[in-house]
Amino acid sequence: MQLQPAMPRSWRPETKPHKFCPGCGHGIVLRVLGEAIDDLGIQDRVVFGCDIGCSLLAWDFFNVDTVQTHHGRTTPVMVGMKRANPELIVVAYMGDGGGYAIGTQHLVNAATRNDRITVILVNNTQYGMTGGQMAPTTLPGQKTETTPYGRDPELTGYPMQGPEMVASITREGTYVARGTVARPRQLKEFVKRALQNQMAGRGFSFVEALSTCPTNWRTNAEDTWKFLEKEMTKYFRVGEVKVPQELAREKGEREDG
Amino acid sequence: MPAKPKPVEGEKKVFMTGNEVVAWAAAAAGADCMYGYPITPQNEVMHYWTRLAPRFGRIFLQTEDELAAGFAVLGGVLAGRKCFTATAGPGNTLMQEPLSMAEMMRLPAVVVIQQRGGPSTGTVVYSQQEVMLTSFGGNGEGLRVVYSTSSHQDLYDYTIKAFNTAWRYRFPTFVLGDGYQGKMREPLVMYDPEVRGIELIPAEPFVGRPGTPGVDRPPAHLRNAYSIEEELYDVVTELVRQYEQVAPEIVEYEAFGVDGAVVVAVAHGVVFRAVKGVVRELRQQGAPVGYFRPITLRPFPVDELRRVAASGARVLVVESAYGQLARLVKEALSGLATEVQGIFKPGVLVGQEEIATRIKTLVQGG
Repeated sequence: MQLQPAMPRSWRPETKPHKFCPGCGHGIVLRVLGEAIDDLGIQDRVVFGCDIGCSLLAWDFFNVDTVQTHHGRTTPVMVGMKRANPELIVVAYMGDGGGYAIGTQHLVNAATRNDRITVILVNNTQYGMTGGQMAPTTLPGQKTETTPYGRDPELTGYPMQGPEMVASITREGTYVARGTVARPRQLKEFVKRALQNQMAGRGFSFVEALSTCPTNWRTNAEDTWKFLEKEMTKYFRVGEVKVPQELAREKGEREDG
Repeated sequence: MPAKPKPVEGEKKVFMTGNEVVAWAAAAAGADCMYGYPITPQNEVMHYWTRLAPRFGRIFLQTEDELAAGFAVLGGVLAGRKCFTATAGPGNTLMQEPLSMAEMMRLPAVVVIQQRGGPSTGTVVYSQQEVMLTSFGGNGEGLRVVYSTSSHQDLYDYTIKAFNTAWRYRFPTFVLGDGYQGKMREPLVMYDPEVRGIELIPAEPFVGRPGTPGVDRPPAHLRNAYSIEEELYDVVTELVRQYEQVAPEIVEYEAFGVDGAVVVAVAHGVVFRAVKGVVRELRQQGAPVGYFRPITLRPFPVDELRRVAASGARVLVVESAYGQLARLVKEALSGLATEVQGIFKPGVLVGQEEIATRIKTLVQGG
């Protein structure tokens, strides 16, 4: 007999099964976020903000106060909320279109101001909800609805390096990492640290999660995983990009002890 | 907790610019946060707010653009704070996006608009060209309240009132001024709302209430997106119904000499001041003329204007725009045989001589 794995306590069972496509990576990202919220015991003070795009489907996902905003505008909503009530732990959840295209100015400026918020950006290399158009993260040669012959870097550039950009414009105190739904345990650690960094009031915390979109990639299970693990990692290096010294020390102490 | 110091104690006469008045009024109204972005002619609202904020424990953030300012306002409102912003022209265009979210989600918010010339970058100085944008902007039904001020006393009174209207009815509320009002100095009386018996409506948090969601209470799941056409239809129909239900309580106007008038001049904002002067003077001379000033442009005082027009007066709309107020007037009077004429001067003031000449011609049947 095989038991279903238990849902995180902070999930809302009434809204499961969730609304994402089969094979979508959002479920894994939201699972590790749910587990991180449980582990940290912050369900009563987290506010989850979701963007437009597939991320909006998470508007009733958690037993956590949630606000669904406009495309690209989740970051400023959560910035305004956090500054108005610093007791809240706020999470801005968005896709690569919301964070790296229409809402880039908000990401750049919230990072620059070192706003004490946590941004989780799900990168599936294209616009999922609108039917698979090119995103700033689309790989060279990748076919999308607006690059039917493959993305030509001569015309439209190379995939945006989001975490690297955030790391380069921020100072000590910022946490930046890139995880992948292929390694949920590691991704959970990153998400957890991004929340802890906000809870400690140190600074801006940013996690990009490499994710899957078999519907728009038009891939079967095997090719989906191959694209995620073999193709995307050619352009997107998985790992922590910037860790505040204090957070690194705490982590070291845990591992030593 | 010690009582917060009050920005304005009792009452006092002051002589200051309109933008400064707005900052003091917002502080007196108990505004907690201003999130804003520089654009002329409203900048001094931020300049004064940033000077007042630390003295009275208030919050300020200069954002990266008006979109961020508007959305940050909504974030602060969700957290249970009274938040506002101020903008103008192209900034008002961007502000429509967050304000449409406020309309859909019934979030209160206050936005002060100091109109500048348009379209596009236009001028940084003055106009009344943001009437339609402010009243009906965004991809929706214009479910907001717009107060048009015509003096610094109005700016003070209606900024305070805007916070109460927004938080009482939970519709976004605009104070529509202009660059002349913002930059000009004028005397007025500032007061602590309490000494005038004005009760300030408290703000409630929409998120982060006590208890664990799903355990002690249901989670707040706030959205503005719907999957199905009929679902949206039901939501918007209900929003419109609620708006129309409270509209009669919100509507404000000012009228003079309209009974038996042959000509009624309609104007709002600073242009109304010229119209008021002309009409009062002509009236003293015995001319059958009156004026009608909508104070709320949205909801518009439709019934009140129709009653005025029903007596058969000719209507002259005077505005610093090419017929934006006139459109609201004509819509309000639709079905009546009222003749509506206009003096439309986008981006410039309208002089009293021009108004007087036109009114006299109309009185004589010209």
